[in-house]
Amino acid sequence: MNAIEFDNCSILFGKDSKHALSLADEGMERPAIKEATGCVLGAHNASLSVAEGEIVVLMGLSGSGKSTLLRAVNGLNDVTRGDVRVRMGSRMVSVPDADRACLRALRLGHVSMVFQQFGLLPWRSVAENIGLGLELAGATPASRRARVDAQLAAVGLDGWADRPVAELSGGMQQRVGLARAFATEAPILLMDEPFSALDPLIRSRLQDELLDLQRESRRTILFVSHDLDEAFKLGNRIALMDGGRIVQTGTAREILARPANDYVADFVSHLNPLDVLTASDLAEAGKADGSPLPADMPLKQVLSALADNTACPVAGGGVITRDAVLRRLAAA
Amino acid sequence: MARLTTRLADWFAGEKIPVGDTADRVFDWLTVNASGLFDAIAAGMQAMIDAILWALITPPPLAVIAVFMLIALLLQRHWLTVIGVMLGFLYILNQGYWEETMQSLTLVLASCLVCMAIGVPTGIALAHRPRLYSWTRPLLDLMQTLPSFVYLIPAIVFFGIGLVPGLIATVIFVLPAPIRLTQLGISSTPVALREAATAFGATPRQLLWKVELPSALPQIMAGLNQTIMLSLSMVVIAALVGASGLGVPVVRALNSVNTGLGFESGMVIVVVAVMLDRMLRVRRKS
Repeated sequence: MNAIEFDNCSILFGKDSKHALSLADEGMERPAIKEATGCVLGAHNASLSVAEGEIVVLMGLSGSGKSTLLRAVNGLNDVTRGDVRVRMGSRMVSVPDADRACLRALRLGHVSMVFQQFGLLPWRSVAENIGLGLELAGATPASRRARVDAQLAAVGLDGWADRPVAELSGGMQQRVGLARAFATEAPILLMDEPFSALDPLIRSRLQDELLDLQRESRRTILFVSHDLDEAFKLGNRIALMDGGRIVQTGTAREILARPANDYVADFVSHLNPLDVLTASDLAEAGKADGSPLPADMPLKQVLSALADNTACPVAGGGVITRDAVLRRLAAA
Repeated sequence: MARLTTRLADWFAGEKIPVGDTADRVFDWLTVNASGLFDAIAAGMQAMIDAILWALITPPPLAVIAVFMLIALLLQRHWLTVIGVMLGFLYILNQGYWEETMQSLTLVLASCLVCMAIGVPTGIALAHRPRLYSWTRPLLDLMQTLPSFVYLIPAIVFFGIGLVPGLIATVIFVLPAPIRLTQLGISSTPVALREAATAFGATPRQLLWKVELPSALPQIMAGLNQTIMLSLSMVVIAALVGASGLGVPVVRALNSVNTGLGFESGMVIVVVAVMLDRMLRVRRKS
């Protein structure tokens, strides 16, 4: 079951969006459209569906339209043409067609969000920030308290409840941002480069914590990132964007093994293949002696297996040779 | 050539643009057609002034001083400020200006109430309508730059003499400050905060009360401080239309070239200004 569906979604900023849209349909690129109409092409004909419980990462360089697309899910950006549908209980609701009350219900209980710059209210305490979504929904302070405390514990901030958020470090502030998003118990979570403003060590720790939280309460997460390692670490699937268009969607391995065009190939060329590729990606036609390696064995373990043999068979057919792997790694 | 320029200048001066005549006609028309409105405003203002003045004059001075010290303590939580307020009031009592000070405080407090009651909602409305604000700005500039004496003349015409015309002139002169500062505070709310609250389902009203107003609070409090200081600066001018208070001895000293009296009453005004400023200063942590 899908939780989010983008259906030929186009987002333009500016007045003469109709004309700009027709130019985009002819395949014109963003700078030329801006020149001709004054409109900025945010996203064009983007189609993507996110299944329930899945983490999909929208990835691309800055300005590729990934945040623009993300913000259409909860109506922060208006969709110019096409549709964005979001699951509310048993039905899919079209966000562009939603009236004010429906949009509010969606934001209160079905879709929550984490921001790159945290977006915390600096004059409030940690607990008051975490309870924001519940407060806006009209929950009484007493009924908020229990859920806020649970979230405080979940992100490891118990004991900080009454401190002003301004006193916290960046990493802790984003933990508050995470707790605020989890507190509404919305099944869909939008994350707009949530860890980009943090230093690498904290970033990596928060990524792990996010994966832990995700194991406990399976949510649908649409995650925006410009960091390839982050995308490959978190994403079940990745959608690569360029100039407002989605150029390839697939798992990390699919993208690495078969990049759709030069942009994607260039993008993934800096990635460490040790973290992503598995035995089946390296297999060639042929046969070898010995016990076969499992098809999903990570490359690191394949290498240690090849230290003892020049060639190993792969379960389900094919062979991995030492020479082929060395050639592949040298090329990357 | 010289004759030509003279004739040109004569011709130019001959056709005077009727600024004064127009103002006359506008005010005449208002006197005839809107006197009911002005009477109602005057009655409301008078009632407010009477109530505040009664509250300040009736209790014994030492009780009033104690109340002001308590307010200073509650607002600032700073003992030096509380002691300063006490010393200031005792100085005023010592100089024999208690009643005049209470009358002037009445003018300042009444002006604060009116200016904040009108200024803050207006500032919010203008912050949400940037185009309207750009149209309103020349009017606000005019209100602040027109010499405040000028307001006194129609104020006398509409409201007679006393504290009410003084209050009206003060409000017109001071009002732009809280409007501008509220507008500045609300419109400089970080977009990120507004978006975060919107993403979590805030209605426009919740956005105003839970995000924009708290974010604008330092500016709004600065507006209150400005309102008080500017109102106090109008105390002497209001005395010209018969508003009782600390301005009266200053004006009397000026008319009789009495340096001693001038400095004496002037110093009392300074003491009042310093006390009010210290009492209402906003100290934002981090």
